[in-house]
Amino acid sequence: MATLNIVQAVNQALHHEMEQDENVILLGEDIGQKGGVFGCTEGLWQKFGANRVLNTPLAEAGIVGTAIGMALYGLRPVPEIQFMDFIYPAFDQIVSEAAKLRYRSGGEYQVPMVIRTPYGGGIKGGHYHSQSSEAYFCHTPGLKVVVPSTPADSKGLLISAIRDDDPVLFLEPKKIYRALKGEVPEGEFTVELGKANVAKPGKDISLIAWGAMVPVCLEAAKQCEAQKVDVEVIDLRTLVPLDVEAILASVAKTGRVVVVYEAPKTGGFGAEISALIAERAIEYLEAPIMRVAGFDTPFPYSLENVYIPDALRVMQAIKQVLHF
Amino acid sequence: MQQPIVQYLDANSKMHGDANKVGLAQKDHRTIFTLMLKVRLFEERCMKLQRQGRIGFYIGAYGQEASHIASAYAFRKQDWIFPSYRELGVMLLRGISMQEIVNQIYGNSEDHTQGAQMPCHHSFRKANFVSISSPIATQIPQAVGMAMAAKYKGDKVIAGVYLGDGGTSEGDFHVAMNFAGVYQAPVVFIVENNQWAISCPAHEQTASDGFAIKAKAYGFEGLRVDGNDVLAVYEATKRAVEKARQGKGPTLIENVTYRLFSHSSSDDASRYQNKQEYEQALKCEPLIRYRNYLQEQGIWNEAWEKEISEDFKKEVDVAIKTAEKQPRPDPSTLFTHVYATSNPLLEEQQRLLQEELKERESWEEEGAFPL
Repeated sequence: MATLNIVQAVNQALHHEMEQDENVILLGEDIGQKGGVFGCTEGLWQKFGANRVLNTPLAEAGIVGTAIGMALYGLRPVPEIQFMDFIYPAFDQIVSEAAKLRYRSGGEYQVPMVIRTPYGGGIKGGHYHSQSSEAYFCHTPGLKVVVPSTPADSKGLLISAIRDDDPVLFLEPKKIYRALKGEVPEGEFTVELGKANVAKPGKDISLIAWGAMVPVCLEAAKQCEAQKVDVEVIDLRTLVPLDVEAILASVAKTGRVVVVYEAPKTGGFGAEISALIAERAIEYLEAPIMRVAGFDTPFPYSLENVYIPDALRVMQAIKQVLHF
Repeated sequence: MQQPIVQYLDANSKMHGDANKVGLAQKDHRTIFTLMLKVRLFEERCMKLQRQGRIGFYIGAYGQEASHIASAYAFRKQDWIFPSYRELGVMLLRGISMQEIVNQIYGNSEDHTQGAQMPCHHSFRKANFVSISSPIATQIPQAVGMAMAAKYKGDKVIAGVYLGDGGTSEGDFHVAMNFAGVYQAPVVFIVENNQWAISCPAHEQTASDGFAIKAKAYGFEGLRVDGNDVLAVYEATKRAVEKARQGKGPTLIENVTYRLFSHSSSDDASRYQNKQEYEQALKCEPLIRYRNYLQEQGIWNEAWEKEISEDFKKEVDVAIKTAEKQPRPDPSTLFTHVYATSNPLLEEQQRLLQEELKERESWEEEGAFPL
């Protein structure tokens, strides 16, 4: 196994799938000769040519809309949106079209497309290179939403997503694109969509997170260890479809929950998880479910570090839940 | 057939038209040249600051000084400008100080937007310079709407909107053009065709013969202009501005220029740019071309430029030193300007943050957070 970062793991998954299946094609801004603004598509244009790696005009609606058409015809396009903050011109195509074509055609048509896009803060990118807007998309029946947190999962989940027959929004945590390294199996390797991972088992309290907040939770868990608090960290990996069983099993074990996410708190996907636990597992709860999230403000430039939840903020919530 | 191009000064500063038709007096030339020089000097400095890690990011107008400054010079100050993000000279022309610019780039407590956005994403209402956004092309329909509003109110105010060649591919560009044509909005679209949208060359951005021609389909005039020729840019924009002000509808101007730097401090153009093409473009750059012309006209001399440069460098030094002394914005500013008036949930979040920040100091002293 090679030690890779997330950028390299994504790149390896794309190489692998393009070699395996000639129906896999890529399209996006600056993904050609430049290899993407973060380098995720490096070497692919050179290897597979401009027919399979389309360095497109600057138009997100065009990128996603044409990818839908390609998918309808039987290709497996993997469009890239340069930053999740730029996805909105394509919102109509994603929400009204990709997500609904199977349903509205009685299953006649399908859109096996994976939209890859970096999301989240951590690069001093201000409003428009930092947002986590997964909640809009999780609120869209027909669309799957996947968020890896490790290099291995990035590869395994991306390959599964490309092979999946439904449209998938694949959110890449840019904060840990290069900062986080891990072992990644070579060659054929998949991770099933819809299955959470117990990133760290524990018995006192459950932290539920995804993407770039998983390492933050692991850091908090590590700091708690010294104080004899045994924290469990659940990495959801897929937000839609959600691994309800894994969440409930953890709650049943610990009876205490903190949901951690980077997006603005109100209406964020953590609210859905909190509601689900309240509906189905309230008898196990020893304390209220807490959410540690971004503030209900636009994502700031200068105050980025104040905005993004860190281990200390998570521990503050852990303390409140433990002492309830 | 190639779309004709408006040009007065060619790359060798040779005059091909009637300077009287342009209508720039000596004083105007001095102002425009000074601004171009300042933008060039400031941006070179900013790229150094970025490399030194003193600022986080920079995106500039290197090579596009004539395109944005000479065009902005054709507007009146009451006209509104909807910028893209390479129009530093427009702000300086409209009286914004170096200190204000530098404070935003540092995102410090003296920045009047309190570090809300990345460097170079300015907003200056007092200069009728509307807040810059990173998403591409979003400003274009807004400019049309503002122009429609001014027309509705009977004001003799028009809109100028800047965009790049990449921006013309977005839907927002096309809906804006259509609305402008349908409602005969008093707006001037300025497409700064710098040949690159990050790594995508203009000839892969569109299959049409440049960008000026696109206006035709929306029922109004499009002009292709040598964007490195101050006289051509000013003269063409002036025509479009007067037309808009007289209620004769919109114009699209394509300033053909060249991006002489990477897309931004985050990009490395050597990965995708042909070196010969770049060298060729460097020979056509606007500042030298204009300088030679002004020298011929007896307006420019070395001593004059030296004096402006030295004074300006001092001004920039002071602005940087002053900006670097300022702290980052107070955390409470996170919550200001989200809404016209705050709400209880936001106020609570602000209060909890303040408590947390106080606690944080003691945690850091103790070395561990006590559970």
